[in-house]
Amino acid sequence: MAYKYFPQTEEDIQQMLKVAGVQTLADLYAEVPEELKLNRDYDIPSEMSEVEIRKHFQALGEKNRQLVCFAGGGVYDHYTPSVINYITQRSEFLTSYTPYQAEISQGTLQYIFEYQTLMADLTGMDISNASMYDGATATAEAMMMAVASAKKKNKVLVSAALNPAVIRVVETYAKYHGVDIQLIPTLNGATDKAALQAELQKGESAGVIIGQPNYYGIVEDLSGVADMCHEQKALLVINAPASTLAALKTPGEWGADIAVGDAQSLGLPLSFGGPYLGYFCAKEALIRKMPGRIVGGTTDHNGKRTFVLTMQAREQHIRRQKATSNICSNQGIMTLMVTIYMSLMGPQGLKEVNEQSYAGAHYLYDELLKTGKFTPAFEGQTFFNEFVVKTTLDVDKLQEKLLQNGILGGLKPEVMVNGQWSTANGQIMFAVTEQRSKAEIDKLVELIKEA
Amino acid sequence: MNNTFYGTLIFELSKKGRKGYSLPANEFKQYSIPAEISRQSPTLLPEADEQTVVRHYTNMSNNNFGVDTGFYPLGSCTMKYNPKINEENASHPAFQGLHPLAPACAVQGALEVYYNTQKILSELGGMSEFTLNPFAGAHGELTGLMVIRNYHMKRGDLKRTKIIIPDSAHGTNPASAAVCGLEVVEVKSTADGTVDVEDLKPLLNDEVAGMMMTNPNTLGIFETKIPEIAKLVHDCGGLMYYDGANLNPLLGVCRPGDMGFDVMHINLHKTFSTPHGGGGPGAGPIGVRAGLEAYLPNPQVKKADDGTFYVHYDKDSLGSISGFFGNYAVVLRAYTFLLSAGKEQFAKMGSLAVLNANYIKESLKDCYELPIQGLCKHEFVFNGLIDKSQHVTTLDVAKRLLDYGFHAPTIYFPLLFHEALMIEPTETESKDTIDAFIEVMRKIAKEAAEDPEMVKSAPHCTPITRCDDVKAVKEPKLTYKAYL
Repeated sequence: MAYKYFPQTEEDIQQMLKVAGVQTLADLYAEVPEELKLNRDYDIPSEMSEVEIRKHFQALGEKNRQLVCFAGGGVYDHYTPSVINYITQRSEFLTSYTPYQAEISQGTLQYIFEYQTLMADLTGMDISNASMYDGATATAEAMMMAVASAKKKNKVLVSAALNPAVIRVVETYAKYHGVDIQLIPTLNGATDKAALQAELQKGESAGVIIGQPNYYGIVEDLSGVADMCHEQKALLVINAPASTLAALKTPGEWGADIAVGDAQSLGLPLSFGGPYLGYFCAKEALIRKMPGRIVGGTTDHNGKRTFVLTMQAREQHIRRQKATSNICSNQGIMTLMVTIYMSLMGPQGLKEVNEQSYAGAHYLYDELLKTGKFTPAFEGQTFFNEFVVKTTLDVDKLQEKLLQNGILGGLKPEVMVNGQWSTANGQIMFAVTEQRSKAEIDKLVELIKEA
Repeated sequence: MNNTFYGTLIFELSKKGRKGYSLPANEFKQYSIPAEISRQSPTLLPEADEQTVVRHYTNMSNNNFGVDTGFYPLGSCTMKYNPKINEENASHPAFQGLHPLAPACAVQGALEVYYNTQKILSELGGMSEFTLNPFAGAHGELTGLMVIRNYHMKRGDLKRTKIIIPDSAHGTNPASAAVCGLEVVEVKSTADGTVDVEDLKPLLNDEVAGMMMTNPNTLGIFETKIPEIAKLVHDCGGLMYYDGANLNPLLGVCRPGDMGFDVMHINLHKTFSTPHGGGGPGAGPIGVRAGLEAYLPNPQVKKADDGTFYVHYDKDSLGSISGFFGNYAVVLRAYTFLLSAGKEQFAKMGSLAVLNANYIKESLKDCYELPIQGLCKHEFVFNGLIDKSQHVTTLDVAKRLLDYGFHAPTIYFPLLFHEALMIEPTETESKDTIDAFIEVMRKIAKEAAEDPEMVKSAPHCTPITRCDDVKAVKEPKLTYKAYL
């Protein structure tokens, strides 16, 4: 029986076998040792028609709950303009390969160049690569780059207020790459700058990684931190959720050498954790050490302005084991999504998104405190669109009640206690985006009042 | 694809006062972001209306070539057709809005897809268990090597820090090994491009963590000595890693697990039909044999006795290599493909890909130099034109192909031949398309003899001509600021 993705007819197969010099399809594997052959059917489901696949997905989809989202933890339920999915489904973009053949890939190369411009601009840095897998792996790459840039220093300091999901990935890479990671403790939910200073002064650290806003939603006061790092020849890496960069003092303004993070917040759907996009920006002096693909402008033989993959001498397919990273892709179509998002939103749109997210979160915070069931977890700290509160309520029961009412309520924040991450601390963490209306927030608060 | 060059950048279309979005009114105006935490510098973000943005990216896309435009004979990249129902499911509304930190009870359907995909891949690979967390092939390699290192560390065997890699391997293999803190030891190839077992033997000792191989190798040759190689590596205490970039031809015939491999990765964007997206996102799931399951990265997805699915963090895991569950929407696409093909079509998939490759090879070997004779698997390598008297290079042939509406093959890889031109057609190309490709390749060989300058200056019909790569490096222009 024919199959819709196999175009060969029986007649084609017979003609081609003749040219190939064999009798049957099985003969094409004549050299494969018999004992290696499977010689049985795979034990997997039988083929399904589109009609059956659609029904199967519908049934699976019904096992998922569609919830009003007040969860963050590094992943935010922002608005995705309809244009994005429409354009990214264009198969000239979607089904293309990495743009090595510049003559027939200007579309891909051009949007990557736009992306690099926009991302460098948002972070306040000089340059950007063409994107990486996600914010966590981009941070791990920054950790390795800091060590590669420093001579004979093998330690990187990581703020314990950085998202623990990111810390875990950085620690995994460090363990196998042979880098020492030291966590800098928090003070009232923010990086303890005195502890950081003391650790830096030992002169052993190649880099420092800090989240801004940090995992608990706090906008940290990083004044003086860049000087502290640079005095000890350590690179400052700031990890920021990309959307906030349009509103908050940028990594560049704080004096960072590298800015990394997840750009999911720039219009990418939640999509159960991926694909997202890790951005990686740096000061120009670090260009030769930067991991990942880079697109640059040049001209063709007729003098037209064109774009190509450039600085490939750093990359794995040239340098093999001496490469700066093993990464040999970028997030392609996600890069396009983020670029279209920024083009549509413009400076005013991103300003509004941030203002509304900030304002909604502060409204919820104030309303929660008014119930008398919550107290601030970090008194006196400035937060952005996510915050932690302490509660007298049973957090598990509260989350369950909200879930029954169609709401994905707050997350239980992870806190480092005696070297172990723990969520059993009577705290809850809420995030608000421009997609949360006053009515939704008021309903959340009402449900909590009843709890 | 449109051969008229577009070339405009979004910044050049920006006009102050235009707007491309709509948001609800701010209902909480009593709160505003304090000035002391606000960004000081203005942004370069463009101001454009919706139609301007849509036309801009549509025009840009017209200067791009994709699988839906035409044939990609790109060796080792398995550029097969990307089914459209995969896309429908990738943005399925019942999955697209799921937060990765939602409780398991609210995402049972999503976890079931993940679990079922693990199970099907395990059967196809001959492995015990899979993780879908790695984001790409290279990320899968790195994760797989971490499994191998973790295995030795858990046994307290800390001196195993060397990894053996053939000289014909994909460039990512040594790079992944280096990131994983392993020292690369290269094993030579024999004249037919397969691993030289005699060269391998003296390299094996108690410092070897394992060996990375792909089979068929990057020349498209099946490594028939694989049982012997696996035994040698296992006998010295190492583990065998399978680079799944070349898995496609094995479908329906044999499995890496049955060849003695302990850890493997799969490129969902190659073998399992998900789009390459101009560079990503792909996905690089890894599988392990029995006994290594616990070492897979966290989080892990498991099925409970009552049939529900849950997220598990194993204390013996190598750690986390991703924030959450990898490129999940890519998994949705691959799962759709696994269901569509089923056991019936996977049984034939590999042999049809191999048939297409051998047909091209036999049809062109009188014009292009075939360094290794005999059956190939999914791909094969020519060492440029047979007639090299006009100094027309592999690069020139590749560029001339663009004029005829074909993508170029992989060129100058593997490094074993100076003029390598590596062709992989996949099973989704018809005989008609392949015949047209063969005809053009023969025509280019003729052009190279009769009008070499024309071939050397190709392409002529594409939106732009060859670019100045040296200038791009010497005068770097990496953002639009360089043009202001």
